[in-house]
Amino acid sequence: MKLVIDTMAWLGDGANWGGSGGLWHLMLQQLLLTFTALGIAVVVGLPVALWLGHLGRGGFLAINVAGVGRAVPTFAVLALLVMWEPVGTDHLGPYGRAGLATLIALAAFALPPIITNAYVGVDEVPRDVRDAADGMGMSGWQKFTRVELPLALPLIAAGVRLALVQVWATATIAALVAGPGLGNVITAGFYNGDYPKGLGGAVVVAVVALILEVSAAMVQRSLQNARPDTRGDAPRDTEGGNHAGTTAGRGGVDGDVTDGSIGLRG
Amino acid sequence: MTLSTGADEPSCYSLYVNEWFCGDYYVDRKQELIDATIDHLTITALAVLLGLAMALPLALLARRFPRMEATVLGVCTGIYTLPSLALFPLLVPFTGLTRTTVVLGLALYSLTILVRNMVEGLRAVPDDVIEAATGLGYSRSKLLWRVELPLALPPIMAGLRIATVSTVALTTVGALVSYGGLGNLLFTGVDGDFRAQVMAASLICVAIALVLDLLLLVVQRLATPWSRGVRG
Repeated sequence: MKLVIDTMAWLGDGANWGGSGGLWHLMLQQLLLTFTALGIAVVVGLPVALWLGHLGRGGFLAINVAGVGRAVPTFAVLALLVMWEPVGTDHLGPYGRAGLATLIALAAFALPPIITNAYVGVDEVPRDVRDAADGMGMSGWQKFTRVELPLALPLIAAGVRLALVQVWATATIAALVAGPGLGNVITAGFYNGDYPKGLGGAVVVAVVALILEVSAAMVQRSLQNARPDTRGDAPRDTEGGNHAGTTAGRGGVDGDVTDGSIGLRG
Repeated sequence: MTLSTGADEPSCYSLYVNEWFCGDYYVDRKQELIDATIDHLTITALAVLLGLAMALPLALLARRFPRMEATVLGVCTGIYTLPSLALFPLLVPFTGLTRTTVVLGLALYSLTILVRNMVEGLRAVPDDVIEAATGLGYSRSKLLWRVELPLALPPIMAGLRIATVSTVALTTVGALVSYGGLGNLLFTGVDGDFRAQVMAASLICVAIALVLDLLLLVVQRLATPWSRGVRG
């Protein structure tokens, strides 16, 4: 347990936090990477998924994208991207070394949960609710913005939340392939036999991950509560706030219970 | 693609040519690839089996004491939130730089998925089925093994498939403590700019995940003949 005490001492040393390459700097760098990648994935993936959900087409693809993403190791994608010349290990402004490769990999792994949840959210708006909207003379666009989108919001939020935690984890792994961010503290510690440092970095990464998850859960819950008029209209699992984003209960004992409801893990 | 190259001619995986796909590489490094694959499969199998062994009692605990359910699921979800590159180091003080660290870490991840699906699956067993079995004089344990678990098998198997596929992918990160199976090849490949090796390790990894997924699907179909034809 000497290692635990040494780790505490390492974390307590202000010199490890400040300056370029310090914990604060790397943490900000990784947060910047995480939110940029998440933003890219939302901008790219959300409109497509919502549109497909509105049309009720492409469901097979939208739902299975999560399964495919799960089979591909994040480490492998990062490795391939870093070694691929057009992307490489070059610096990218504030994103640091191999910033572009990391950003692409992170955005790619943020897409599956966002796409699956947004598609399912819109697709599962009950038929009679849609019929009622049609009966009121709503146009396709009105039906989408005033009916489907508000009803799908909790699931969309759950998908973004899953993606956020996923991207943070993947951003950490980037350090295995000379990427930027806090993972470097872990890898540097391990490769140089400086285990208090490696462990200290792991503690910081884990704490930030938990903070991100809890904050995202709170944002998600406030989104759910902001629209009391829509709650209960759609048959969806409102426990989303307790679990890591529960995709609406898709059937009972048909083997699909949590397919797509658990995020990828990097 | 030539399989035999002269001594002067650099092979397609030499640092000067460094092709992504290179037949020679697969021939010359066959043993290395096989060893890494076996290593990878062993770590994955041990992790998923350990996960299963830990998940069942936890799921039963959550069901027996409804108040425990939120705690059990909450702790599992909390563990799942931790990045793998952070979880492995956090286990090192307890298990050292060993394969156990990787196996235990991966088992903890699969735990989340397995416990949730077990709880959901057991909950979905119809009450009248349980009443009928109780009426027939089934004991508690016989009820569990003969009635409840078999009926909960489809969601449990679905969870097992997700857990297995994720574990195959995550095993690579074990390279941090040198027990990453094919992840070790990814790591040394990036380090030495060895394209054929990184591509090969990536492809084998995805192939293992897909094959195991298919295999478990077949097992599920065979184990639950009654659900065939009812739902796809």
